[in-house]
Amino acid sequence: MTPQQTVLFDASGPRARRLTLIGSLVGAVVALGVVFLLLRAVQAKGQLDPTLWLHAVDANAWTNYYLIGLQRTLEAAGLSIVGALAFGLVFGLGRLAQSRLVRWLAGAVVEFFRAVPVLLMMIFFWLLLATADVDNSSFWGVVLGLVLYNGSVVAELVRSGVHGLPQGQREGALSVGLTRGQSLRSVELPQALVAMLPALVSQLVVVLKDSALGAIISYPELLQSARRLGAGQGNMLQTLAVAAVMFILINWALTRLAEYLSHSLRRTSGRVGIEGAGLETGAGLGTGVTVAAADLPVPGDEGRQPGRGR
Amino acid sequence: MRTRTRTTGAIALAATAALALSACSSGGESGGGESGDDSITIGIKYDQPGLGFMEGDTPSGFDVDVATYVAEKLGYSADQIEWKEAPSAQRETLLSTNQVDMIFATYSITDERRESVSFAGPYFVAGQDLLVAADNTDITGPEDLEGKNLCSVTGSTSAQRIKDDYAAGVNLLEQPGYAECVTALVAGSVDAVTTDDIILAALGAQPANQGKVKVVGNPFSEEKYGVGLPPESDQCETVNEALQAMIDDGSWEASIQKHTEGTGYTPSADNPPTFDPCQ
Amino acid sequence: MEDYLTIVREYDVLGAFWVNIQLAFWAAILSLVLGSALALFRISPVPTLRWLATAYVTVFRNTPLTIIMVFITLGVWGQLGVTLSTDFATNFFRLAVVALSVYHAAFVCEAIRSGVNTVPLGQAEAARAIGLPFLASARLVILPQAFRGSIAPLGNVMIALIKNTTVAAAASVATETSSVMKTMIEFHSSHIFAIFFTFAIGYVILVTPVGLLTTALSRRLAVRR
Repeated sequence: MTPQQTVLFDASGPRARRLTLIGSLVGAVVALGVVFLLLRAVQAKGQLDPTLWLHAVDANAWTNYYLIGLQRTLEAAGLSIVGALAFGLVFGLGRLAQSRLVRWLAGAVVEFFRAVPVLLMMIFFWLLLATADVDNSSFWGVVLGLVLYNGSVVAELVRSGVHGLPQGQREGALSVGLTRGQSLRSVELPQALVAMLPALVSQLVVVLKDSALGAIISYPELLQSARRLGAGQGNMLQTLAVAAVMFILINWALTRLAEYLSHSLRRTSGRVGIEGAGLETGAGLGTGVTVAAADLPVPGDEGRQPGRGR
Repeated sequence: MRTRTRTTGAIALAATAALALSACSSGGESGGGESGDDSITIGIKYDQPGLGFMEGDTPSGFDVDVATYVAEKLGYSADQIEWKEAPSAQRETLLSTNQVDMIFATYSITDERRESVSFAGPYFVAGQDLLVAADNTDITGPEDLEGKNLCSVTGSTSAQRIKDDYAAGVNLLEQPGYAECVTALVAGSVDAVTTDDIILAALGAQPANQGKVKVVGNPFSEEKYGVGLPPESDQCETVNEALQAMIDDGSWEASIQKHTEGTGYTPSADNPPTFDPCQ
Repeated sequence: MEDYLTIVREYDVLGAFWVNIQLAFWAAILSLVLGSALALFRISPVPTLRWLATAYVTVFRNTPLTIIMVFITLGVWGQLGVTLSTDFATNFFRLAVVALSVYHAAFVCEAIRSGVNTVPLGQAEAARAIGLPFLASARLVILPQAFRGSIAPLGNVMIALIKNTTVAAAASVATETSSVMKTMIEFHSSHIFAIFFTFAIGYVILVTPVGLLTTALSRRLAVRR
């Protein structure tokens, strides 16, 4: 809980606490009742049959489906985030270039790929590469779609990260005799990259989730593997539930990592951390939300002043 | 200048990682294409239980049985076969670019396809049919579907045919795979699933669906499953001889029996099929 | 060029975009309502509500939208028999709207909460000092400022929402843009570039005004500090 919240209301007195407790208990009972009714409806359809669930989590399911699918998801996501970083660096620096033409071109490319739905790009590259005789066109369809979109987001992060640095950094670099380009490469970019780290990890969550779109273009990633297992065992809903839990756990862990990074960076580098990088507003169209999440206070971060640095 | 080396280092690292990743993924994906004398690449479905299905790296199904038999007659043992997924939309591309040597993937012979690839067989004559709940008695053919909920895969010709020729007022649910359709059928949300009868029978034969669904048995089309071959292939005759041998020694029928067991399904009267002349 | 225009006329491209716009419109309203409620829960004095909202956001923010779409068709409709319209196609359209709303509400909640965090601590302290209880200080002091601070992130959520309507293909809404584009390319693969750019530019036209508008609004309404 942030100090903001604690300040919004008094610590509850005995009466309020009692009311809260009773309310929560009633709420819990109602919730349990709803869950019970849902389970009964699901049971009536035979979906709680233990064999269906056992076949969704037995050794065969893990070794022949989930782990293979997870590996493909990670392959696509890993290659995509690296590609997105390279794309983002090139076009982010392009947007900071001194030449107006380069700035404009880089800006147009970035804005274009941020506006086009990832699924459309995946379908386009998948079908394009398939007719162009490329092996595994669905894999490259997924990767290219993810690289172009997330690369554009990273480009924005790079740009806003550099813009968010204190003026003194560049002034200092110029005054010791570095050129504008040298200052950018050796002084500003390294700091911006460090400040970007939490946002990059958050972006990995986006990449992982979006890689599940690969199922629509028949890339056999985790979701598609779960579906395939379900097709063979007649327990599609159960296997999809397992896949969903795997996605949630992995992404939750990554989100926590992003929060931890942002917390520790904020401590070590003060204002030049994530806030200074202006990530919240520069978070990029599209996924800004997830990026912005890295800027949210870490639970238990009692000492932090809300709104500081704005 | 410490920072400078650090940036360059980071960029170099990212670049190396990208190279390494792409190298290892492309490395893992190659090995399709040009088969030497010691292996043959065969395209099958990976997600069609009972016909072509891949569990880890073990394939199973009727298409797989036929493919294995034919490959053996051509001089390849089971472990010399490299399996490759052949999704419906990519079968012509896989053949015309020689990424596979043969395709056994519920591949209907049509004149349009004959323009871009060659076919041997057919090794089975299927018909588009309906799968309904085991206790359903009021759906006996496609014309009974007026106002009913019908499930099929996205872009299915079978569903389109029902809409155009038999029941214009059918409610069509499009799903990515037939197994999703069967899930909805077992739950009672859709009244029927449509595609080729043997695919439906094989789905019904899955342990989880046993006794819950049945094939109506009133096919309204004829689908001749052929062996897809590259356009200039000279293997049509050889493959047909192998298919004939499989039909003659009983293993063809045994395989169909095995994969549709418990559904009361019998292949249509056109089976075992007579082969089309090789071109 | 000539036959390309025939293709575009043969398929209802504008109609496809209209489906996505409608999906986005309804899902935007629903997700804003649901997300605001969740955000209020997250800053409320009742620990249970805070916990509930946190759990909701954690689950839905981390699940791929595709899985939510499949669950709502195969699970909610297929198993539980929930129908939102007697018309078959409308039913799936509405189910897709619900899936989109449920997913994006988690992000709306986070956007509003990040807005709450832009409000200086002193504002809350002052509100409490003049004796306002929780709901009054939230309504009169915190939320008006927080809302201004969350316009930019909310705009980003809305843009993501517009683009994510393409995933409705997974909920049997076959008339939306990604499905139509796929069919067009499959049958006219020689025009693949023209077809892709038609749809891509359509989205640029849809999305750019939303971005410009929210950026302008957030600048104009920004609380000067």
